[in-house]
Amino acid sequence: MTTTVRRPTRTPPRSGADKPARPGSGQRRRRDNLAGYLFLAPQLIGLLVFMLGPLVFAVVLSVSHWDGFGARSWAGLSNFGTVLQDPQLRTSAKNTIWYTVLSVPGTMVSAFVVAYLLQKVKRKSFYRTFYFAPVVTSTVAVAAIWLWLFNPEIGPLNALLRRVGMPAPDWLQDARFVIPAFALVGIWQGLGYQIVMMMAGLENVPRTLLEAADIDGASEWQKMRRITIPLLSPTILFLSVTSVIGSFQIFDYIYVFMGANAPASSRTVVYEIYQKAFVEFDFGLGSAIAVFLFAALLALTGLQLLAQKRWVHYTE
Amino acid sequence: MTTSELDHLEATGTAQPKHQAERPRLRWTRVLLHLFLLAGAVVMALPFAWMVLSSFKPLEEIFIQPPKLLPKVWQPENYRNALEAADFVRGFVNSLYIAVIVVVVSVFTAAMAAYAFARIRFTGRGPLFMVFLATLMVPVQLTVIPLYLILGRLNWIDTHLALIVPASLFNAFGVFLLRQYVRGIPIELEEAAAIDGAGRARIFLTVILPLLRTPMVALGIFTFLGQWNSFFHPLIFLNSDSLFTLPLVVNQFKGTYSSDWTGLMAAATLAAAPLLIVFVIAQRQIVEGIALSGSKS
Repeated sequence: MTTTVRRPTRTPPRSGADKPARPGSGQRRRRDNLAGYLFLAPQLIGLLVFMLGPLVFAVVLSVSHWDGFGARSWAGLSNFGTVLQDPQLRTSAKNTIWYTVLSVPGTMVSAFVVAYLLQKVKRKSFYRTFYFAPVVTSTVAVAAIWLWLFNPEIGPLNALLRRVGMPAPDWLQDARFVIPAFALVGIWQGLGYQIVMMMAGLENVPRTLLEAADIDGASEWQKMRRITIPLLSPTILFLSVTSVIGSFQIFDYIYVFMGANAPASSRTVVYEIYQKAFVEFDFGLGSAIAVFLFAALLALTGLQLLAQKRWVHYTE
Repeated sequence: MTTSELDHLEATGTAQPKHQAERPRLRWTRVLLHLFLLAGAVVMALPFAWMVLSSFKPLEEIFIQPPKLLPKVWQPENYRNALEAADFVRGFVNSLYIAVIVVVVSVFTAAMAAYAFARIRFTGRGPLFMVFLATLMVPVQLTVIPLYLILGRLNWIDTHLALIVPASLFNAFGVFLLRQYVRGIPIELEEAAAIDGAGRARIFLTVILPLLRTPMVALGIFTFLGQWNSFFHPLIFLNSDSLFTLPLVVNQFKGTYSSDWTGLMAAATLAAAPLLIVFVIAQRQIVEGIALSGSKS
């Protein structure tokens, strides 16, 4: 501290006439800088060492061949070529998209219906407990439950389906049903979170607007279509952006349901990253897949933010 | 009073308690509403009910066709077997202490950073904050491979430091969330403290932190949930069974004893129970914290 006080001469020359330098302003500036960076220090170190450093490193790895032990060699774009050509990776990408297509709208529509209805009743917290419980349950426990529910011979789900005369598929082994099965679990687990978010959004819809619509003789459907949904649109956008990002990163279900050697039809992009990097120790290829994933997410998020102009309304 | 009388009164505008007049018309829709919500709640709860009830069944009953929800014979020994078969207690303790350290350190350091970003005019403040914000978009899978290699260099792989240090020192979401709140604190409070001779550190500790209590608790709960249920990072960074966190223990149990459905159900119940109990008790804070974390983003 004493050194900063003793060096006021180091202040920038006072040539800038528009900024009359008060005596000691440079000293104050230095003190602010010091204080700012001291307060920021722990998180700044974290940012540099555990985020920005790895980010740069990931890009370097994606153009390298490396198994983590020997020397790293330049790979050029060959890893990216492999990503584009490998049929398994293509299947995994398709699975990830299919999972997203099923789970994101599935969760959002059901969450909206429940939140909309919940807002009309008392005892909200009673219902909320049930809907929200799966959110706080760890994915591993969730998967353990559903592993049993999905079991084709002894599971109650298929027993129920058989009783009502529906086909009872082998959910996790049948290539056509495994991704929908994951999506079902994803909707079940993610619903409560979205309900809570939408209820928070619905509370911001001004009652006066709805009452005014009532007086004008608007039907329930008109009020929902013309008032509630437009005013909820920022929440809907937020949830759609974050849940697309989340579902593109789906990994836990596959690993817990299918184990360390999942069949092709059930793999996802992140499962491939895990396999390539931490099972096969091909860090270059693993990083290239991750770079692709990031690019896809950036593009999807960008698209959603661009599209928002057409349908998202902000109050104020 | 009959309903027609009430309707008449309401139409003429002389009925005093309006809600009483509306009730007869709304009753059926209200019943339907509750029936629908109740049906949804049952669907949501059924997998849990099945898990808990199955965990008390003897193995033969698990295989009964068609399946029965309630056990005929209650067999609580499943729990003893599960506890003995996989190292639950150790997994529980590991998960708990890691999550607590991460919550305390990351929320505190995020508050420090939030204060700096909100109130101190230092060079590079704007761009740095944008960098923090931008990192929210980066999927963990992009950084996990280099992170693994860096942690390997530090000799932290297969130690709890690999889970504790990065998560404690980097919480961009927390920095962003808390900054919003610091900005809402009247600056006069700080000026008053400064006039009384308090320095930055003192102002932060005695003025800012107490006022940040609510969002910090919400962020803490949020962070705790994420840590407690985290699977990806522990799976990659840990190898030794004795270091495993609870999700890894349950998963290991599943792999090793996959035919033992009763044991797996007991294991899953044990893993899910603590958070479910905490949730039922602290429901309001958890729900509000989550609602708040989204609406501020």
